[in-house]
Amino acid sequence: MKAAPFDYVRVSSLDELGELAAAYGDDAQVIAGGQSLVPAMAMRMARPKLLLDLCDLPGLADIRLTPDGLEIGAMVRYFELAGSPLVATHAPLVSTAVPLIAHEAIRSRGTLGGNLAHADPASEMPAVMLALGAVITVAGSTGARRIPAAEFFIGTYETALRAGEIITAITLPVALAGRRVAIDEVVRRSGDYAAVGAAFAIDLEGETVTGARLAFFAVCDRAVLAHKAAAALCGQRLGEIDPAPVLAALAQEIAPVADLHNRAETKRHLMKVLAGRLLQRLLSGEKSTHG
Amino acid sequence: MLKPDPAKQRDGAYVGQPVPRENARRLSQGRGRYVDDIAFRNLAHVAFVRSPHAHARILSIDTSAAQALPGVVDVVTGEEMKGLCTPWVGVLAHFPGLKSAEQYPLAVDVARWHGEPVVAVVGESRALAEDGADLIEVEWEELPAVVDAEAALAGDVPAIHPELGDNRAFRLEVGQGDTASAFAEAAVIAEEEFRFGRHTGLTLEPRSIVADFDPSLRQMTVHHSTQTPFQMQDVLARHFGLEEGNVRVIAPDVGGSFGLKLHVYGEEMAACALSIRLGRPVKFIADRLEAFQTDIHARDHLVKARMALSRDGEILAMEVDDLTGIGPYSVYPRTSAVEGNQAIRLMGGPYRMPNYRGELNIVFQNKTPMCQYRAVGHPIACAVTEGLLDKGARALKLDPLAVRQRNVVTADMYPHTSPTGYVFERLSHEECIASLASLMDYERLRREQAEARQRGVYRGIGLATFIEITNPGPAFYGVGGARISAQDGCVMKMEPSGDIRVMVSVTEQGQGTETIMAQVAATHLGVPLERVSVYTGDTQTSPYGGATWASRGAGIGGPAVMKTALALKANLLETAAVILQAEAGDLDIRGGAVVNRKDGTQRMELAELGRIAYFRPDTLPADFHPEMTAARHYVPQGYPFAFTNGIQASHLEVDVETGLVRLLDHWVVEDCGKVINPLLVEEQIRGGVVQGLGGALFEECLYSPEGQLLCGTMADYLTPMAGEMPDIHMAHVETPTLTSPLGAKGVGEAGTAAAPAAVMNAINDALSPFSAEVTQMPFTPERILTALGKV
Repeated sequence: MKAAPFDYVRVSSLDELGELAAAYGDDAQVIAGGQSLVPAMAMRMARPKLLLDLCDLPGLADIRLTPDGLEIGAMVRYFELAGSPLVATHAPLVSTAVPLIAHEAIRSRGTLGGNLAHADPASEMPAVMLALGAVITVAGSTGARRIPAAEFFIGTYETALRAGEIITAITLPVALAGRRVAIDEVVRRSGDYAAVGAAFAIDLEGETVTGARLAFFAVCDRAVLAHKAAAALCGQRLGEIDPAPVLAALAQEIAPVADLHNRAETKRHLMKVLAGRLLQRLLSGEKSTHG
Repeated sequence: MLKPDPAKQRDGAYVGQPVPRENARRLSQGRGRYVDDIAFRNLAHVAFVRSPHAHARILSIDTSAAQALPGVVDVVTGEEMKGLCTPWVGVLAHFPGLKSAEQYPLAVDVARWHGEPVVAVVGESRALAEDGADLIEVEWEELPAVVDAEAALAGDVPAIHPELGDNRAFRLEVGQGDTASAFAEAAVIAEEEFRFGRHTGLTLEPRSIVADFDPSLRQMTVHHSTQTPFQMQDVLARHFGLEEGNVRVIAPDVGGSFGLKLHVYGEEMAACALSIRLGRPVKFIADRLEAFQTDIHARDHLVKARMALSRDGEILAMEVDDLTGIGPYSVYPRTSAVEGNQAIRLMGGPYRMPNYRGELNIVFQNKTPMCQYRAVGHPIACAVTEGLLDKGARALKLDPLAVRQRNVVTADMYPHTSPTGYVFERLSHEECIASLASLMDYERLRREQAEARQRGVYRGIGLATFIEITNPGPAFYGVGGARISAQDGCVMKMEPSGDIRVMVSVTEQGQGTETIMAQVAATHLGVPLERVSVYTGDTQTSPYGGATWASRGAGIGGPAVMKTALALKANLLETAAVILQAEAGDLDIRGGAVVNRKDGTQRMELAELGRIAYFRPDTLPADFHPEMTAARHYVPQGYPFAFTNGIQASHLEVDVETGLVRLLDHWVVEDCGKVINPLLVEEQIRGGVVQGLGGALFEECLYSPEGQLLCGTMADYLTPMAGEMPDIHMAHVETPTLTSPLGAKGVGEAGTAAAPAAVMNAINDALSPFSAEVTQMPFTPERILTALGKV
């Protein structure tokens, strides 16, 4: 289990990155925290000839409040997200999601940008980005683009990133006063890939649901939003919400696919159970956001 | 944590004390010296091209590109490897009819499991060897794979080894009495089909070897992560045509074994063959993917069984059909028949069961070879027996604890012979059950369970009585023709400093064997524990013996050390008596000094005895020769095995919507005879329970219908982790075996034997309001939801 031979460069600018990426084409691979890439290389499932390490690129490791919202640099590591008061205040769903990600050692190296670029369909963070309406800033030699999270994830390990582009930052709209958020997942052991997972954000004005973003992960080829289920929630008043039509809409619009340990039918059942529990938790206003 | 009693230690009574493992500090600070840590000059590394198919014919192998790659030292195919060693066949005479096929280090002509080594590539580094392996082109013709054990005997299924006729490796029937009449008379018949998935040992340190052949002397030194250095010495000498005395096997620190490091594996044999071929040391360290593909797998049983019970819950009879798939070969040299053999013989073992019939069918399949792993066969027998007993008790509306009390073999019945011929010297089922009931507060738990159910919380309590085979004598392997020693030996010497060196043939894999041996030596010699050093695992310096497996270290190695300590003590006292002009019988050794036996007055330090004996023997009488070394051997006699017993209980909660199981508490009451070190006994039990819980809830080697192994990493093979483990509470009952002076039996496998059964019974207890039952391990959320009719 030794990686195939490769070269390694710590790029110091986007231009240098662009040049090397262009020169090596598909043989170049960007590395951030390396928590998915390095094991894949060790098993020779990934065989880049050149690794482009982003850790020296300036300005990618900051968390700051901007007029657009909370901006998180792509190289911010999970443990930094978990410990950030800015994140806890303005994007509490992110803070509560981090402990669900793998284990301490992985969280100390893995980065948010690397995670999103990897686009593992069973990963928590893409769903969190969907639930929060994140905007993902990417940059390459032809300049920067801002891509809404809902358009970023295309399929298993597939994103809207073009050749030579990297994620530079993630912008999260700051939490509204009436927002309730929660994330949870069905796992047999803490830190495992989820059998199914969900990250919800519900906005309330007074007692009325004015917006809902219900994101699911580990259900199909990418993190997805349940639009119809969300629509079934909107306009309803707390205390009068019947979860049945919401869950029925969910079952109609998301068809989970089997994984190594669960049949599709099992995942469909678990998705509904999990969604029902998260809704119950959010609508009853329980403080605990996962567990 | 248990703490040693300073007063007792001062008296030198280390046996019975919770002495911490001597090697724990060194190993936990990263100072271990495992095979991979040892430096060799001119070391080469071997990597393997493996079969990507479960069953396929090798049409051609093109090694030219690999041969040309700089850094590649050698490339050897299976056909070429054939000339480097003699083949082996995993059969033994005491399993009449057991068949298997000849094996060489690498597949020859046909590969029979996904991951089987096919070509060996030697490189100047492991990475270069893997680069070379990447360049090898093998042309395959896929053959139909036999994947499910159930399919292996169907008429139209081709034989994996055509020369063996069919895919049946072994068939055995055991039993006594008249089961047909018993079932005809039964008030209740509990009948069930149990499935036990494959799992594997998952040692922290993977299989590792460095073979170093010296062609000038035809000597081979092998550093090997093994439980059994002498068995491997014999195997290597015979199959490579070397003088046994020219093969030295050294097991340095070994990072876990659990039974998987006593089998012969192609990769290790290939490393030895390559070292002979190249005349330089060759290293193989299995990586985790290779471990999943080639470490022996365990279990893989389909058991159809039924139990007849009387109206008041008496077990009248059991009938059991066990079908087990062992992969394409019976593993050498211990065979893959032992797991099934023990499974069908241990059925009903704790109980007064007059009538029994067990049938075992072992079949070949195109999967990783299956063989002995911790608690060989025990979890199968325990889960089937305990599962059926609970099912019967439910039908009869009897309490599970009471039905066990009613059926266990009682104190007045020993020695007792089971329906399959196992002889129990003396067991303590009644005491263990009583102890468990109070340890777990059984009545209170039952009340809380009923209250929780009212709130829609489904908790279950599961019990599992068990017996464990330990201290195996020659009946285990020797009578079948395997050159695996049933005895163990010890050499003990006192050095001039008064320090004691103990060389013993049992081995250490992290469980604390060496500490146990040091406790026995220090206690019976009368010296402080810190003055005793124990050395194991080197065929050149240890006395010959069977080593550590089947829970035999303490029970067989312990008496060997005890006998040696007493012999050395007699030697030392004889010298002391000459020096002191006293009678040896009036002297004793306590606290590292020679004392008056009667009043304990110190007469001389052992260091002073050493000084005179080694450097000034001229001051002793002319015809006197001080003996500073003793050697003794011990073989268990009287019974083929020393059985232990106990009972476990699991308390858990089932989320009936998700199928997730949360383990709340686990209890074990065990009787391993004389407890030499309660701390290490409890570590053994806890570790064993965790491995049992792994098999019950998490671990499974998953295969595709085509025989592709689907789990090759720790992300998709779920090993039990601390976060999900319950507190494991323990109590001990001590019934020493009278066959050994030490009274100790083994304890390595008891935890694993019964934990899965306890969990199964607890889950089914939790699910009882829904009339749902699970009998297929591991009990995944999906299987529980399926039983509940939710998916």
